[in-house]
Amino acid sequence: MICQTSQEFIHAYLDGELDLARSLEVEQHIQECQVCASAYRNQTALRSAFKDSSLYHSAPEGLEKRIRSSLRREANTEVGRRPFGWRWLPIGVAVAAVLLMAFVIWRAVPGLRPSGDELLAQEIASNHVRSLQLESHRTDVISSDQHTVKPWFDGKLDFAPPVKDFSSQGFPLIGGRLEYLNNRAVAALIYQRQKHYINLYIWPAGQSNATGEVAAKHQGYNLLHWTNSGMNYWAISDLNGVELQDFARLVQQAQ
Amino acid sequence: MQRQNKLASFEQAVLPHLDAAYNLARWLTHNDADAEDVVQEAYLRAFRFFGGFHGEDGRAWLLGIVRNTTYTWMQRNRSAQLNMPLDDEVHEVKSADLNPEALLLQKADAQMVRQAVEELPVEFREVLVLRELDEMSYKQIAEVADLPLGTVMSRLARARKRLQQILASHTQTEVLS
Repeated sequence: MICQTSQEFIHAYLDGELDLARSLEVEQHIQECQVCASAYRNQTALRSAFKDSSLYHSAPEGLEKRIRSSLRREANTEVGRRPFGWRWLPIGVAVAAVLLMAFVIWRAVPGLRPSGDELLAQEIASNHVRSLQLESHRTDVISSDQHTVKPWFDGKLDFAPPVKDFSSQGFPLIGGRLEYLNNRAVAALIYQRQKHYINLYIWPAGQSNATGEVAAKHQGYNLLHWTNSGMNYWAISDLNGVELQDFARLVQQAQ
Repeated sequence: MQRQNKLASFEQAVLPHLDAAYNLARWLTHNDADAEDVVQEAYLRAFRFFGGFHGEDGRAWLLGIVRNTTYTWMQRNRSAQLNMPLDDEVHEVKSADLNPEALLLQKADAQMVRQAVEELPVEFREVLVLRELDEMSYKQIAEVADLPLGTVMSRLARARKRLQQILASHTQTEVLS
């Protein structure tokens, strides 16, 4: 061990913080080196000077008592500060009971809550509006060719939506896109009638029997939905109800 | 009932270290009345943070809070003392310079040591007090002073060299006068 290292380690050696191997090295070096030996003696001398009890400032008389009483005060105010003590429990229970009753009534009385169809109509109206807000939102695949649009859905959905173009009847196919509605991925087809757009949403129905068209109005839009050949259909447009009905009939006849 | 438990276990775990707390605060503030104020405040803080204490080393935990409280207190009351940055290079002492002082140092008594320690920069003073008076391990000092272990070792070495220098200069003037 050289002096430089020894000078570095001599303090840790003195403090008992060196591992055994290093300690032995320092010990050996001190025996061989006068300079380090005197440095070590200095430090031990200094250390024994520190041992004098007059250097240690013990806490004055009475400080412990003062601390104890200030702790007691602190402990008392801490409880007062706590905002949610047991005293609030009855009020909490009462509020919870009222909320629970309100929920039960809301569930039991059908008129008070929107039906599944109403919620879906709302979701579809929002989706329709969003699709018209930006041109890039309107279609994922732009084509009036049903043989382009239909294969585009292949692999993107777990079903094959029927896609037909009705250009000759005045309802040209604009394109298609993927949507997420009613907790599943659905096909959306966009048709045009003069300046009006129609969104036709299609996804598999739980039951295979066909149901007739049901009309609805939401946020000023006309909606029509029906079930046919195991598929749910929802058509929505700002087109008048009669023409939307014509469109729905075209879709149903094509299948 | 819960608060009685907290108070009781706090008093049991932390109050026995009152002397160590006062000793550190007294060495850092240089003043009896200030040290009492700081310790009292530190105990209140410790009580509020007692939820974060998991019963490892009550003394090191408390002294860490005492140290922080002292520093905050000094910042508020005498920021000038803290504004002296500890430049480790400036305080570096070459080992060869120390050797002529060797014999003088052996005559150092408690009174001289006290005076010399009082003159040390606060960063040196705190590690020396924790090591020599509280006999803490490097690991405990690291916890109290919030320093890496390696820094504790090198700072202690520098603190002692500096102390040696101060003592040597005092004893020399004594011999001369």
